[in-house]
Amino acid sequence: MSELLTPSQTVGPYFSMRLPWPEGPYVVPEGTPGAITIYGRLLDGAGEPIPDGLIETWQADPAGRFAHPADPRGPVPDGDLGFRGFGRAPTGHDGTWKIVTLKPGPLPFGDGRTEAPHLDVSVFSRGMLDRSVTRIYFPDEAAANEADPVLSVVPADRRATLVAVPAGENLLRFDIRMQGENETVFFDL
Amino acid sequence: MTVSEQGLIVPDSGKLDLPEYMKPQPGNHPPLDSPAYKSTALRHPKQPLVLLPQRLTEVTGPLLGDGLITMADADLTTQHAGEPQGQRIIVFGQVRDSGGRPVPDTLVEIWQTNAAGRYRHSREHHPAPLDPNFDGIGRAITDQGGRYRFITIQPGSYPWGNHYNAWRPAHIHFSLFGRAFTQRLVTQMYFPGDPLLPYDPIYNSVTDEAAKLRMIAEFSMDDTQPEWALAYRFDIVLRGRNQTIFEEPHE
Repeated sequence: MSELLTPSQTVGPYFSMRLPWPEGPYVVPEGTPGAITIYGRLLDGAGEPIPDGLIETWQADPAGRFAHPADPRGPVPDGDLGFRGFGRAPTGHDGTWKIVTLKPGPLPFGDGRTEAPHLDVSVFSRGMLDRSVTRIYFPDEAAANEADPVLSVVPADRRATLVAVPAGENLLRFDIRMQGENETVFFDL
Repeated sequence: MTVSEQGLIVPDSGKLDLPEYMKPQPGNHPPLDSPAYKSTALRHPKQPLVLLPQRLTEVTGPLLGDGLITMADADLTTQHAGEPQGQRIIVFGQVRDSGGRPVPDTLVEIWQTNAAGRYRHSREHHPAPLDPNFDGIGRAITDQGGRYRFITIQPGSYPWGNHYNAWRPAHIHFSLFGRAFTQRLVTQMYFPGDPLLPYDPIYNSVTDEAAKLRMIAEFSMDDTQPEWALAYRFDIVLRGRNQTIFEEPHE
């Protein structure tokens, strides 16, 4: 017996009344040793910025752990408590968003293979009746990305849309294109 | 906990036993390309989606504890010195998964217009009055039975320019996390008998008629409080897990 789900609806243009939190973009506090900033633009099918979007990220800690009961590897040691795992950032008038985080560790996939370091991403905006889900991979992980069980089923000519681009010291850029040339790969979860 | 030859942390058993969340039925969620809602045109993916297996990142998710929340967050009528204008209502319900399990300790965030149909937002230009005593934002954490409860004001309808004479039915926006990235949901709660529902492309973007009704709250005379407030029940159903033979049967 399985009930119907409550359907998804758009966040609309006014979610910024409630959803952004001052600390939302900070998966770790600013100034945390090893912190990286990931930023990018959210663009529509005409290449125009989406100024009323919301980006959420979820990821493992640098050791590849989740402070969550569904992780069968047990509780995370206390030292990792400053790490939130979750980021939430609204887009600005030019479609730009950013988060400050630590690079996640690799993860066991369960069949002997290894998932390369990645963040799961939810994209919300006015005009989106449901979230779109994508992933951010890291440019300094070429070998791990090559072996990643998720990236390896993405058509080869589209994989680059899931890999962030180096943009300076501790700085990565990840643009999200909803449509058009280099449309970002989105997932059916 | 064990560290593998590759330096990965793996379970002691060597096996990665993870829950699996069931896929929504076709038509349960709206299509991202919904031409009657014009803003979907340039904001939906056109390339085919790629199947994402549910592994560690997908079956875990932020567990946002009550450090964020104070009691006042769930009462939208007491956030200012004076009381807001409008019909006071209680909006309550249960968050559960599609297998009937309550979802405890999960953050519920809401936002809405005031009684006149006006949002407190800088980009809002509807010529209806702001209410100095109403912000229209709330949050709550579900209890052990998955229950939440807000006290607020009946929101109004407002024009939105999607087409000629377009008016949104009164609604309250809801955002939910559940217990896993897979369960994340943003939706809207509508009111029973709203005459604008048949005309609204956002509500009608959901093609399954039974699923659509899930978004309409139920008026509850039993929970209506004499001399004080009307009550609406709005249960929210998130994706549930496939049952395994090890789990107890449940209602």
